[in-house]
Amino acid sequence: MSDVILEMNHITKKFSGVKALDDVNLKVKRGEIHALCGENGAGKSTLMNVLSGVYPYGTYEGDIIYKGEKCQFHKIKDSEHKGIVIIHQELALSPYLSIAENVFMSNEQTTVKGVIDWKKTRLDARKMLEKVGLEDEDVDAPINSLGVGKQQLVEIAKALAKQVDLLILDEPTAALNDEESAQLLEIMLNLKKQGVTCIIISHKLNEISYVADAITIIRDGHTIETLVKGKDEFSEDRIIKGMVGRELTNRYPERTDCKIGDVIFEVKDWNVYNPEDASRQMLKNINLKVRAGEVVGLAGLMGAGRTEFAMSVFGHSYGQKISGKVLMHGKEVSTKTVREAIKHKIAYTSEDRKTYGLVLIDDIKHNMTMAALRDHYSKHGVVDKNEEIVAAEEYRKRINVKTNSINQPVGSLSGGNQQKVVLAKWMMTLPDVLILDEPTRGIDVGAKYEIYCVINELAKAGKAVIVISSEMPEVIGTCDRVYVLNEGKIAGELSKAELSQERIMQCIMQDNNRKGE
Amino acid sequence: MNKKKTVNIDLKQYMMLIALIVIFILFYVLSGGTNASPTNINNLIMQNGYVVILATGMLLCVLTGNVDLGVGSVLALAGATAGIMMVDYGSSPVVAILAALAVGLVAGVFAGFFIAFLDIPPFVVTLATMLMGRGLTYTFLQAQTKGPLPDSYAQIGNGFLPTVTINFGSGTLDLVCIVIAAIITVLLIFSELKTIKTNNKYGFANIKTWQLIVKDAIVIFIVWFFFYKLGSYHGIPVQLVIMAVIVGIYHFITSRTVAGRQIYALGGNAKAARLSGINTRKVFFWVYTNMGVLAAVAGIVLSARNASATPKAGDGFELDAIGSCYIGGAAAAGGVGTIIGAVVGAFVMGILNNGMSLMGMSTDFQKVVKGIVLLGAVTFDVLSHRKKN
Repeated sequence: MSDVILEMNHITKKFSGVKALDDVNLKVKRGEIHALCGENGAGKSTLMNVLSGVYPYGTYEGDIIYKGEKCQFHKIKDSEHKGIVIIHQELALSPYLSIAENVFMSNEQTTVKGVIDWKKTRLDARKMLEKVGLEDEDVDAPINSLGVGKQQLVEIAKALAKQVDLLILDEPTAALNDEESAQLLEIMLNLKKQGVTCIIISHKLNEISYVADAITIIRDGHTIETLVKGKDEFSEDRIIKGMVGRELTNRYPERTDCKIGDVIFEVKDWNVYNPEDASRQMLKNINLKVRAGEVVGLAGLMGAGRTEFAMSVFGHSYGQKISGKVLMHGKEVSTKTVREAIKHKIAYTSEDRKTYGLVLIDDIKHNMTMAALRDHYSKHGVVDKNEEIVAAEEYRKRINVKTNSINQPVGSLSGGNQQKVVLAKWMMTLPDVLILDEPTRGIDVGAKYEIYCVINELAKAGKAVIVISSEMPEVIGTCDRVYVLNEGKIAGELSKAELSQERIMQCIMQDNNRKGE
Repeated sequence: MNKKKTVNIDLKQYMMLIALIVIFILFYVLSGGTNASPTNINNLIMQNGYVVILATGMLLCVLTGNVDLGVGSVLALAGATAGIMMVDYGSSPVVAILAALAVGLVAGVFAGFFIAFLDIPPFVVTLATMLMGRGLTYTFLQAQTKGPLPDSYAQIGNGFLPTVTINFGSGTLDLVCIVIAAIITVLLIFSELKTIKTNNKYGFANIKTWQLIVKDAIVIFIVWFFFYKLGSYHGIPVQLVIMAVIVGIYHFITSRTVAGRQIYALGGNAKAARLSGINTRKVFFWVYTNMGVLAAVAGIVLSARNASATPKAGDGFELDAIGSCYIGGAAAAGGVGTIIGAVVGAFVMGILNNGMSLMGMSTDFQKVVKGIVLLGAVTFDVLSHRKKN
């Protein structure tokens, strides 16, 4: 059992002179789940791209020894032939093709060369789906009829169809909720039993310590250490220590001297219907209030209606037949358009910063002032360019966006820094209420900490902050009070003292039971 | 005193301008200097004025990530309207111009409505306006050329500003041109000094002094060369004034106003723009309405220059205008591009056309060269970006 399937020795990879990987070593045993940990930009993905042939042989130094032989992969197909399959963070599925077609994409089952054998394709697709727990799905249905979680599983089925021996998963659970993540982890454990070796890259340390047999930690392009289950300590704190090179004593910075004041923001009897289906009610009688200086969490499973709530309040950006009241400082205000919401000092940062938050091709300063330009950095419709630059510089320093210049395109920044630009963009509108939707999704521990610090600053400045997060520890660590949402309703409200993962889950379960009665 | 920060000039920004100068010099050599004659310099303006006007409006469409295929037809329809008004109904040029502009406005509002409020893809909508506009033009003109148009109207396309000529060398020189060149020179130097002052005030980096001097010297040389040539011909064409005003206004809108920034934001990421409080429907609507009006302006200029309205006017101009934007560095996906770039792009095409005609090359083959230049310029742009990443 304990023979080595993969050895990567002294891998060094340079990008225009800068070493992204510097003498990295990785040893993976056959049949184990091996985790790669490290902050964003540490070199995990680069290492996996070297392995799978995305960076062809010759563009890096060092050796890859796979199943005892030295390998020279020139393209991805080469590594796939040997049974190495990588599943990237962004799904490689074609939305309008059927599940079966997607499972065999670029690996089509043919009778004569070039002519597809549909019967075999569909039968084999079903077999592959069974292995990932999707036996109930119709193989002829278009892939976009599935949720993200199931699509991720189809990706795995696709890899299995390629006779995979070594499966590499890059952030497989980043877009999944807890339930879906758990399912995916179970499937990984199943595959392990069937003899498939896995390498997993993830920021979710609890998942890693649950599923992994060994953890290799990479920091700044160097291998720091490899922890082995049963031999070394496997706790999250231990992993973080390796990743950041110091002990992060408190992952959630404490909020001191923060006075909680009057109610600033209040929503009454909020009802929203599905934008495509007017008979489906997505949110039912939501009532909530947030005070000045208070950080309030919205917890719940994926699909509970948290993002839908935030977006429907923010300029009716989601849903139809919206009814209910939004009150700012006790006065009812209209938030029918995003402009109105901004005018009434409401800000919303989206859960998907690349799609909804940023213009990636534009520079930092333009992105930062995008929402505030009209009200704060222009006169009679003419932009005050100098003030704009000064303000962008000020915010860059204030929330520590790591960049050489505010003229750098946002697309070239790391996820954490992009998120900071999004925060700056909304802070510039001088809001009283900030709704932060998944503010730390897909960013590393260090950047997360900095984002939490910004949240604390906002609260101290007397803003009302709403944090929507799928990571329960984050909700618990940052919030003063939490509303638990379930299936479009508020299933419970928990104060700081009562807050725990168990209590949150309990609210959801009780709500589900109530419905069952 | 704090240390002065300086940076190098961004040469890439001026790449197309440099290419323009190189092409001009190339044809200067090939044509034995005829392309720099006063008559030809004047022709360059007269022949390209309407493409520049169209390219200005088209850039806004391209910034949103789309194009307007209907501009050539709207141009023809506006010209035909003006022609019919004056020839058949005997109305004054002013009324005819207003009627032509109104036609452009209606065409723009029509396209804008379908695009912005009904979410019909711009490509489809403007393909429809292209067919409809051309068809209406042929119908109204009964497939005949309408003319001749009154002299006072034709002045818009053929006329010159009043001149004050003096004897100079073997010919004459228009003092108005010289005065304008002098004013531009002073304004340029003044604005550079002001930029340096603001940069110092806010602590921003300045471009290295010698590079600034070289750049300004080249620009001033071109300005004087250009106005000297015009001055030794008939002075300043009315078209040049119209063009300069339009380019000036749209350069200001795109680079300095909130409205301009909203167009860039929409083109870069429409969803993010919407969630930042930008009314993307409104932006789309105005961009296409504006394009209709500018197409009408170009139609007036073209019909005035020909002193007649023809049903075939502006055929294929939409492609020249779109090509100008792309040559000028605009991205097909939207969000990237400048008015100045589009103008430079229009003149690259114009100087190529003009140079090849002077050399007696057939118009058929000229199209091949234009195609190569378009593809080459965009390929160069894409590859140079890729290298950077």
